[in-house]
Amino acid sequence: MKPGNAGVIAGVDLGTRMTKCVLYDPDTDRILSRSTDYSGHDLAGAAEKGIEAVCRKAGISRDRVFYVVSTGYGRYQAPMRQTQITDISCHGMGARYLFPGTTCVLDVGAQNAKAIRIDECGRVVKFRMNDKCASGAGRFLERISKSLELELEEIGELSLRSKDPQPISSICAVLAESEVINLVTAGYPVEDIVMGAHLSISDRIVAMLRQIGVDGEVSLTGGITRNAGMVKALEQKVGKKMNVCDDSEYAGAIGACLLARRRLKKLEQQKEMAARV
Amino acid sequence: MLVAGVDVGSTQTKAVILNENFEIVSRAILNTGANVVKAAEKAFQAARSAAKLEEWEITSIAGTGYGRYKVHFGNIQITEISCHARGANFIFPGTRTILDIGGQDTKGIRINDKGEVADFCMNDKCAAGTGRFLAAAADVMSIQLDDLGDVALRSTNPLRITNVCTVFVETEIMNHLSRGKKGEDILAGVHQSIAGRSVSLLRRVGVTPEITFTGGVSRNIGMVKALEEKLGAPINVCADSQYIGAIGAALFALDRARAHHDGQSAETHDVKEVKR
Repeated sequence: MKPGNAGVIAGVDLGTRMTKCVLYDPDTDRILSRSTDYSGHDLAGAAEKGIEAVCRKAGISRDRVFYVVSTGYGRYQAPMRQTQITDISCHGMGARYLFPGTTCVLDVGAQNAKAIRIDECGRVVKFRMNDKCASGAGRFLERISKSLELELEEIGELSLRSKDPQPISSICAVLAESEVINLVTAGYPVEDIVMGAHLSISDRIVAMLRQIGVDGEVSLTGGITRNAGMVKALEQKVGKKMNVCDDSEYAGAIGACLLARRRLKKLEQQKEMAARV
Repeated sequence: MLVAGVDVGSTQTKAVILNENFEIVSRAILNTGANVVKAAEKAFQAARSAAKLEEWEITSIAGTGYGRYKVHFGNIQITEISCHARGANFIFPGTRTILDIGGQDTKGIRINDKGEVADFCMNDKCAAGTGRFLAAAADVMSIQLDDLGDVALRSTNPLRITNVCTVFVETEIMNHLSRGKKGEDILAGVHQSIAGRSVSLLRRVGVTPEITFTGGVSRNIGMVKALEEKLGAPINVCADSQYIGAIGAALFALDRARAHHDGQSAETHDVKEVKR
C-alpha cells in the first residue's frame, strides 16, 4: 500500500476563497493535523503551502506524505496530486466520517452552496447546487460585511445579538449592498441588518435542501460552519438542529483522504488478484 | 421662468436647470452615496450655484429616479421611465427605442413620436448587465471606471466571460489575470457580455430605430461600440446622455410651471408664494 508503515495521506480542498488541508493516517483512521489559508491567485502554491503547514503541525516530514489527493474547484491546479476527486463525493464521505448518522449534507462555501443526499456508506444519492449566482453563498455575506465595514469573521457573533432581524429583499448580492446601506442610514441596528442577511441566504439554501428531501440528520460543511449566526438562521428555517463541529470546515479534505484510502485499497486488492492469476 | 429636474439614481444624482425657451442653463452631477436626501439637495444646489441662481428663482422642480421621493423640495415626482422617454425625445426627436443603463438597473423603453412610453421592461433583480457589473470589473482590475471603455477598445482578441453573476465575474476576471490574459481582452469580453444582455432586453420591447442610449453607462465609448456591433445599427449618444432623465424631469416641471402660470395669469402672482 505504501512505503513502510508510517506513510500518511494529505487531502487538499482548494476552494474559491480558502484552501483547507488535512493530514490523515490511513492505518489508524485518524486526522493528524489541519490547516486553512487563503487560496489567492496561485492555487498550486496554496496547495503546497497547505501540505507543508499540516506536516509542520503534525511534526511529520513532507516526504512521509506518500499520497496527495485534491478536491474543490481548484483540484486540477494542484500539480503534486496523485489524484483528484469531485467535492460533492468528498463532502458526503467527510460528513459521514464526522457524523455517522448523516443523511443530508449542506455544504455552503464562498461561491456555491450544495445540498447532498448520501446513503449509509457516504455515497452520493442525489444533489443540488447553486453556482450561477452568489445569492445563496458565502460571498453574499462577504459583500454585506464589506459594505458594513465589518470583518467576515465577526458578523456571525454580531447577528446572534439581534432581536428584530431586518429582512433583505434583494436576491442579488451586489444590489443587497445598496439595500444594506439604506437600512444603515434609516438607523436600524447593525445586528438586525446582519441577521436579516443571514436569514435571507438561509431561505435560498433551505429551498435547495428541500429539493433533495430533509429527513434524518443534516450535517453542515464548508466555511459557513464557522459562522454561528448562519448555523442558527439555517436551523431556524429548517426547524431542526444541524450537525456542526470544529472539523466541519474540513469535511471536503477529510472525505478526499477517505476516498483516496479506499482507492488505494482497491488497487492493492487488484494487484494481489493479478499476482495470484 | 426657470425649472429644475433632479434625477436621483442609485449611484449618481443629476440635476438640470432649464429656462422657458427649453435651453439648459446648468447641470450638476455627484455621487449619491448613503444619504439620498442630502444628495438631492446638494445636486440641486450645485446646479443653481453653477448658474448663480437663488432657490426662489426656480419656479418648479421635478424629482425622478429611484430616490425621487427623497427630493423633499420637489413639486412633483415622475418615474424615470417617463422622464427618460421625454428627455430622449427632446434631444433626439427621432428616438423610438431607449436603452437606459444605470448603476443598478437596465431598462428598455419603446416610445412614440410624442415621447410617450409605449412599452418597457427592466432588469432590477440582479446586477448582471448593469453599471455595477462594470464597476466590479473596474474594481478588480484597478482601472478607473471612466477609462474602462477606452481600454476595452484596444482589444484585438476579446475573451468570453461565462459567468452571469457580478460577484462570480470578479473571480473569473482574477483567474484570467492570473493566467496572464491581457486586461483589454478581459474588459472587451465584459463589455460584450453586458451588450449581449442589454440587446436581449431591448428585443423584448422591440428594437425600432432610432435607438438612444441614456444613463451613466452611455458615457462609456466601449459600451457604445459593443452595443452598435450587437445591434448592427448606430445608436444616439451625446454629452448630455447621462442627464436625459433629469432633462425629462425638468420638461415635466416646465409643463407644470406653465399650467400654473396660465391659471394664475389674471392675478399678480408670486411664484415663490405659490410654491409654498
